[in-house]
Amino acid sequence: MKATVTVMLKTGVLDPQGKAIGHALGTLGFTGVGEVRAGKVIELELAETDPAKARAQAEEMARKLLANSVIESFRVSVDG
Amino acid sequence: MSMGKPVDQTLAREFGLSAEEYARVLDIMGRTPSLTELGVFSVMWSEHCSYKSSRVWLKQLPTTAPWVIHGPGENAGVVDIGDGLAAVFKMESHNHPSFIEPYQGAATGVGGILRDVFTMGARPIANLNALRFGRPEAPRTKAIVDGVVRGIGGYGNCVGVPTVGGEINFHAAYDGNPLVNAMTVGIARKDRIFLSAAAGIGNPVVYVGSKTGRDGIHGATMASAEFAADSEEKRPTVQVGDPFTEKLLIEACLELMATDAIVAIQDMGAAGLTSSSVEMAGKGAVGIELDLDHVPQRETGMTAYEMMLSESQERMLMVLRPDREDVARAIFEKWELDFAVIGHLTDSGRIVVRHNGVVEADIPLGPLAEQAPLYHRPTVETDKQPPLNPARVENRWMLADALAKLIACPDLCSRAWVWDQYDSTVGGQTVKRPGAADAAVVRIDGSARALALTTDCTPRYCLADPEAGGRQAVAEAWRNLIAVGAKPLAITDNMNFGNPEKPEIMGQFAAAIRGMSDACRVLDFPVVSGNVSLYNETEGRAILPTPAIGGLGVLEDAAQAVGIAIAPWLDLVLIGATVGWLGQSLWLREMAGREDGAPPPVDLAAEKAAGEFVRAQILAGNVRACHDVSDGGLLVAVAEMAMAGGTGVRLSTGPREIPGHAYWFGEDQGRYVLAVPEGAALLRAAEAAGVAAVRIGTSGGQDLTLPDGGTISVTALRAAHERFFPSWMGT
Amino acid sequence: MKAGIVVFPGINRERDMAIALELASGAKPRMVWHQETDLSGLDLVVLPGGFSHGDYLRCGAMAAQSPVMGAVRAFAAQGGYVLAVCNGFQILTEAGILPGALLRNASLRFLSMDCHLRVERADTVFASGYRRGDIFRALMAHGDGNYFADTHTLDRLEGEGLVAFRYAMPNGEITPEANRNGSQRNIAGIYSPNLRVLGLMPHPEDLVDPLMGGIDGKPLFDGLAAAFTPLRAA
Repeated sequence: MKATVTVMLKTGVLDPQGKAIGHALGTLGFTGVGEVRAGKVIELELAETDPAKARAQAEEMARKLLANSVIESFRVSVDG
Repeated sequence: MSMGKPVDQTLAREFGLSAEEYARVLDIMGRTPSLTELGVFSVMWSEHCSYKSSRVWLKQLPTTAPWVIHGPGENAGVVDIGDGLAAVFKMESHNHPSFIEPYQGAATGVGGILRDVFTMGARPIANLNALRFGRPEAPRTKAIVDGVVRGIGGYGNCVGVPTVGGEINFHAAYDGNPLVNAMTVGIARKDRIFLSAAAGIGNPVVYVGSKTGRDGIHGATMASAEFAADSEEKRPTVQVGDPFTEKLLIEACLELMATDAIVAIQDMGAAGLTSSSVEMAGKGAVGIELDLDHVPQRETGMTAYEMMLSESQERMLMVLRPDREDVARAIFEKWELDFAVIGHLTDSGRIVVRHNGVVEADIPLGPLAEQAPLYHRPTVETDKQPPLNPARVENRWMLADALAKLIACPDLCSRAWVWDQYDSTVGGQTVKRPGAADAAVVRIDGSARALALTTDCTPRYCLADPEAGGRQAVAEAWRNLIAVGAKPLAITDNMNFGNPEKPEIMGQFAAAIRGMSDACRVLDFPVVSGNVSLYNETEGRAILPTPAIGGLGVLEDAAQAVGIAIAPWLDLVLIGATVGWLGQSLWLREMAGREDGAPPPVDLAAEKAAGEFVRAQILAGNVRACHDVSDGGLLVAVAEMAMAGGTGVRLSTGPREIPGHAYWFGEDQGRYVLAVPEGAALLRAAEAAGVAAVRIGTSGGQDLTLPDGGTISVTALRAAHERFFPSWMGT
Repeated sequence: MKAGIVVFPGINRERDMAIALELASGAKPRMVWHQETDLSGLDLVVLPGGFSHGDYLRCGAMAAQSPVMGAVRAFAAQGGYVLAVCNGFQILTEAGILPGALLRNASLRFLSMDCHLRVERADTVFASGYRRGDIFRALMAHGDGNYFADTHTLDRLEGEGLVAFRYAMPNGEITPEANRNGSQRNIAGIYSPNLRVLGLMPHPEDLVDPLMGGIDGKPLFDGLAAAFTPLRAA
């Protein structure tokens, strides 16, 4: 089963990459773009077949390694 | 599995083989080759692997000297640098990939050249890069420069090899064909050099490093119809570099090389498993059998053809002593790298490739190498341009105004924005960082010695007169090594040209080789490694002929190296003769908007005499700073010394017979500016040595005080010098 | 002085660090592979610079999970001295041994250049070769050196005097211009509460010899050597 972990910088942590992307979009003529935040997506192929257990596993991985709670938050979605 | 199209002349053409070449394949095989066999022939006979257009000319280059241990033909050149040590170095292009995907193209270029060097048992200690880009205002140039610089930094910084030097030019001729030429220098014990010739029938052939994927498989095949049904996503053309794996591979290989396990070793570069296995077996005059079932694979369902032609990065092929297989395996397992025995050596003189129990290729190695095509393509000489009479070139500018404009132009402005993204100090051995001296100076750990390193070429000279340009490129590399006090030892060359099937391009190539050979011979500065990149054309428009030269020299005592920064109260002395040569100068291009005239000639005898004199003065401890005079001429050289030292200079009037703009901005060759405490003594010594020398000024104060009455402050110079890159890039 | 340098896969400034330590103390440091767990007998544990595990995921995140880090944590908890530079600093924050995190440089570019550091306190083993307020030059070579911590943590670090060095102008002024990577409050390095663990981004180990371009970093290593070999001949 596939779990997807999305890791984002916490609100309040400066995201220069997001800012740069926002700036570049403005330069390209896209108007009406508010704040831009950049994060990362980690896809996990898990042997686990129970969605709730898979989610718990992925959350544990995110807490231990995939996200740094000092600066990042995460969310997990499970499908398949 | 279905292969779609049959193997025939049409497919061979798509693979890049001419009708005549395909006929030769049929003759060698005595039957229609399999798809995998056709792939092997096409890559081994490609320009890149066979040097079929350039070989006849490359043979003219001088390649020997008493200090040369291995010249061209190995993975990299090897020279004796004393203390039982050898320097291993080479420059290689990654031009096309850097245009397609600048970050990964440049990054994998750095990775590839690093492997060529550590394959031979050397720890890489320095990287340099010779880069040519299109006009800054051309649509893609900014993105290409940004990506290439990030890619070089991203790879080099991570593997922990300092990037210490290089050069950057801009010209419209590179708009659609940027050049990324990466050079690596390593150090090895001279009695512990590893070569690629396989030996020992029955010895295991071992694959180490990253897994194989479908990266960079033969461009021609990519476009061919039989694979059209497969998803594009499965077949990326762009190779992606993994500098972390490369770092592990360096450490693991060097650890293994400290044992006696390795018989032969070769990196898997262009055409990966094909060229490495064919070359190792060919050089050792043995046969090789590979079983692809054992190749570590990153993707599923790969065919023999795909595995043999994959250009996945960070992989090596080795022949081991059979009784040392376990030792080797343990080292690679410690570094968490793949290690697989994928075949063995035979006495058959053939390469036999099996996959799923089926023989997918069976080719005699002798004919594959010996019957490789070799072309003596027609050449046409470039028309010579007449020398430009400086008195006939109108000058409307004060020296200060022309200087401020010149040092701000993209070809002469500060490269700090670029260097600041390269780790130039990792390793703790960098004595002269980028911009501090004419050549980078890197100390050798555990020795008083240091290497001096530079890359040089002036493509606009090469276009105007390829022979003079080739000679100048070698001479300038030699001069830059001299200018830090090093003894120049040898060069690596990266020959970047257009389509060799055009006689005028092949003529440029042949002439550049003539000029280079001439300079190499007189200066005792042989070519020990190199790379050729042809077909650098877009829509029929070729790049400037660019024979990039990577020069290497040695200092017995690193502490003797001098830089370009001047202190106050020194005499500035110009060594070498000046006539005021404005043809093809940057002043002519930037101020007068002209790119004509013959380029400045190099008088090799005078060059040698001036260089030997300068080096002797540096080693005698008489010289506080030294800078060669190159792009932009004398005044630009002085300004660079002033900016580096943060001190002004008062300049004397030049000779009456030469117009001021020609004297101060002419690009006459074979010249150096030396800053010395005692100018008179240096002039006497120069006279005794028969070397032209003249005192041109004295350092001190905050301004450049010019002989036409103008002044410009060092602060203003720096501001102009440093403006271009940050404002262009917006950071 | 018995120093150990921890070698994680992908570390690349371990040799620079060894040069500086040996130059100051006369003793070759021990190289400790990241899978070892025995740090006994060491006066000082050093986590050097580089790109452990390629800096993939986050700088230092995977190295922080290495077997050796349990031993480093225990070593620090028992009052051992730990010097962590660049990637080493990132690893210590990822391991939670020092507070905060190192974000991407504000410019989003790798920065390889000289910087100037102001010594915020000199009464530690690491800074004993300097005086408070001294300005010294060091090399920056990082892509992720932008120090971040929440306001509460920053106030605590300042309140407890745990800021070791700040990015400064050559004249000592603390300005945004001096703060090239965008660190909060110009923080370049911090101490643990017992002042025995130091993490910093710039590289003092690359300026310990005139041939490297200067000796501004040497007092840090001389101070360490003096602290651990008090009877060494002057």
